[in-house]
Amino acid sequence: MASTVEELVARAEALALDVDLTGVAAWKEADPARRVVGYLPVFVPIEIITAAGMHPVGIIGGTDQVEIIRGDAYFQSYICHIPRSVVELGLSGRLDVCDGFLFPSTCDVIRNMSGIWKLEFPDKYVKYVDVPQNFDPEIGGNWWRHEITSLRADLEKLGEIEITDESMWTAIALHDENRRLLRNLYDLRSERPWLAPTSEVYLMQRAGLVLPVQEHNELLREYTEAATNSDRPLMDNSRIVLAGAFCEQPPLGLLRTLERAGCWIVDDDLLLGPRMITEPIIDPEGPVGDPVDALVKAFLDKAAAASFIYIDEKVKGAELADMVDKRQAEGVIFAAPSFCDPALLDRPMLARALDERGISHISMKYSENTGQFQTIREQAGTFADALKLWSDA
Amino acid sequence: MTETVPAQRDASMALQKKILGEHYHALAQAPETGAKTAYTFVPGNLTELIRSFDMLPVLPEINALQSGMRKQSGDFVREAEKLGHSEDVCTYVKCDIGMLKGGNIGPTGEHIPDPDLLLLSYTGCFTFMKWFELLKQEYDCEIAMLHVPYQGGGEITQEMVDYIVRQLEESVIPKLEKVTGKSFDEDAVSERLALSAQAEEDFVYVLESAKHRPSPIDGYFGGVFYIGPIFSAFRGTQAGIDYYQALRSEVDARIAAGKGPVTPAGEVTDERYRLVVEGPPNWTHFREFWKMFYEENAVCVASTYTKVGGLYDRGFRHDPSKPLESLARYCLGCYTNLNLPQRVDLISDYVREYSADGFLINSVKSCNSFSAGQLVILREVEERTGVPGGFIESDLVDPRYFSAANIKNRLESYLQMIEQRRQPVGATG
Repeated sequence: MASTVEELVARAEALALDVDLTGVAAWKEADPARRVVGYLPVFVPIEIITAAGMHPVGIIGGTDQVEIIRGDAYFQSYICHIPRSVVELGLSGRLDVCDGFLFPSTCDVIRNMSGIWKLEFPDKYVKYVDVPQNFDPEIGGNWWRHEITSLRADLEKLGEIEITDESMWTAIALHDENRRLLRNLYDLRSERPWLAPTSEVYLMQRAGLVLPVQEHNELLREYTEAATNSDRPLMDNSRIVLAGAFCEQPPLGLLRTLERAGCWIVDDDLLLGPRMITEPIIDPEGPVGDPVDALVKAFLDKAAAASFIYIDEKVKGAELADMVDKRQAEGVIFAAPSFCDPALLDRPMLARALDERGISHISMKYSENTGQFQTIREQAGTFADALKLWSDA
Repeated sequence: MTETVPAQRDASMALQKKILGEHYHALAQAPETGAKTAYTFVPGNLTELIRSFDMLPVLPEINALQSGMRKQSGDFVREAEKLGHSEDVCTYVKCDIGMLKGGNIGPTGEHIPDPDLLLLSYTGCFTFMKWFELLKQEYDCEIAMLHVPYQGGGEITQEMVDYIVRQLEESVIPKLEKVTGKSFDEDAVSERLALSAQAEEDFVYVLESAKHRPSPIDGYFGGVFYIGPIFSAFRGTQAGIDYYQALRSEVDARIAAGKGPVTPAGEVTDERYRLVVEGPPNWTHFREFWKMFYEENAVCVASTYTKVGGLYDRGFRHDPSKPLESLARYCLGCYTNLNLPQRVDLISDYVREYSADGFLINSVKSCNSFSAGQLVILREVEERTGVPGGFIESDLVDPRYFSAANIKNRLESYLQMIEQRRQPVGATG
């Protein structure tokens, strides 16, 4: 018998809140040869971990579940919250299940954490993943090819295995399917947000951080079908896009608060990493050529706009404004973590782009362990009401 | 020591003031002379290449710190915040935006022209990228990006060098050619690199003079003046060579006379504490900050801030025989492009090489590139060297984050701790 929406949401929530990684540990214990590789936000070529037969695990901090005891001694008060909770997870042994860690080029804090990890956990494999900021296939593309190839070689060494082209294509296909399912779910949420509200869609995404991709794909299929067929009542909330939450994640309570305040989040950049590639990597005709080349091309040609990727010839904020149009949203809520350089430095530029298109927006800040939502509820509620009263959308 | 007004200065400082003044004047005259300007950053700057196209470099970081020293940055920062820039982000950026909105008047009181090119050398600091994306919205000009990979693995690889050289060849140089209408002249770059290497020899000599006892220089507060020409517009110029020769002669004279460093209040005559300092200084209260040290006869014998524009003291020299590769290796080697273990190694080496009594971190709110991980550096360096570490907090150019009483308290306590460790066991009550 198929699971109900409530059952699937409960399962996803249990996975999403499993900061002890018990499910991942169980996966690993089933076979002594298995390896686990953790990755921090935002973007890593996750396909290579899967191709190595390893379990990729998204590490997004302790959210509001983990009390910071030692992590605060590692970072000054003016540095965002995620690094201190990740350190807390590491020092408390909750990340022991990971054999390696990838630190992508998101910002200076995540970058420097790669060095902290080398110093604090010298027995673990650590790699800083430097995405290109040059998008010429022969220049930045070559650099990215080199990064991917060296990661592939490192994981072969870590797992004492060979990562074949065939396993690479299989992994790419699995993650293509994962991204397709996520896009479908986002489309459903945009079309009928009362059937698949963000407070649930987000849990489905979060569950993917600790599930093998095949299992996550199955969960996404089940939830999308169950949500589509549910008979939840239509609610006439304001439609907003949430921007700025691509790295340190807001607490679940904040997302629920926005919905209770009358906002349907019809698109967002929450947990952007696994969704960064916006189109299938594999051509409709099937895999052709070198899978590493395919990954390189995907990053250069199919990556979503993001603060940590140089804008180059594109127009800052255009993609966000287009997203508002595509989703028929009425406004944007900038919700950025406190002290998040990429999000907060981008915000004035994004706001300008929205202003030029006449799109309403408000700003708020959070940290992953924010516990008081009353002010946010009032702010978001006022915004939602204003959109309803005066929006042309 | 009694503070005197006006502040005492070395003759080399007057020379530096003169060449900087001439540079800012040339910038102000650019609309009339037709000189083209390139805005760029200190770490990973390509001064020789820029100058080979007869362009004038503008360093927004330098403008921001100058605004800090002239007590103007607070207003500029607040102006940017009024325009929607977050209170949480880099105050150099906000100071620059505020200065721009206020007419872009430089430290000599003359107007700084708009850029013809934003040359974004993305070295060691993520915020640089956002900074020039912000400026791109303000100016109708060309922009060139040079992505410098981070030394995450603790080394410079040939792939990194090749990646940068390709960007120089295919992206940066064509933009310079387009903006100036001139062709790339590799020999002209090489000639300038040879001049740079000469100045770099003298610069390193000056930095390493602090190994003497007493140290003839302050390698942090004085050091920020010594790095001025070589980190900004004067690499590859005769003016740069002249300045460092004059500075070296001055330092030689101080060594021969057994003299300590010159401070605004006179010479340090009784060097009591030798410190290695990590992190940039505070600029809004620079003199007050320095005073806290020299009043205690604390001399900074080495610093990491004076390495943000290159690690010349670890052997790097610009190489005229391989101009573009040399520029690439320069960009890769700047201090904030090192990973944390490399930074720990470097600071630990400085503590030993400069016979330091301790090392102190000035953690600035604005700069996550420096600051994230400094508390780990503190513990690691203490463990490796056995000397005590100190930790103070301030900001670059936001005066709201300089708490004189707190910093002075912490510094005095720290120096007392060093003093106590000098006592034989059982000597303290």
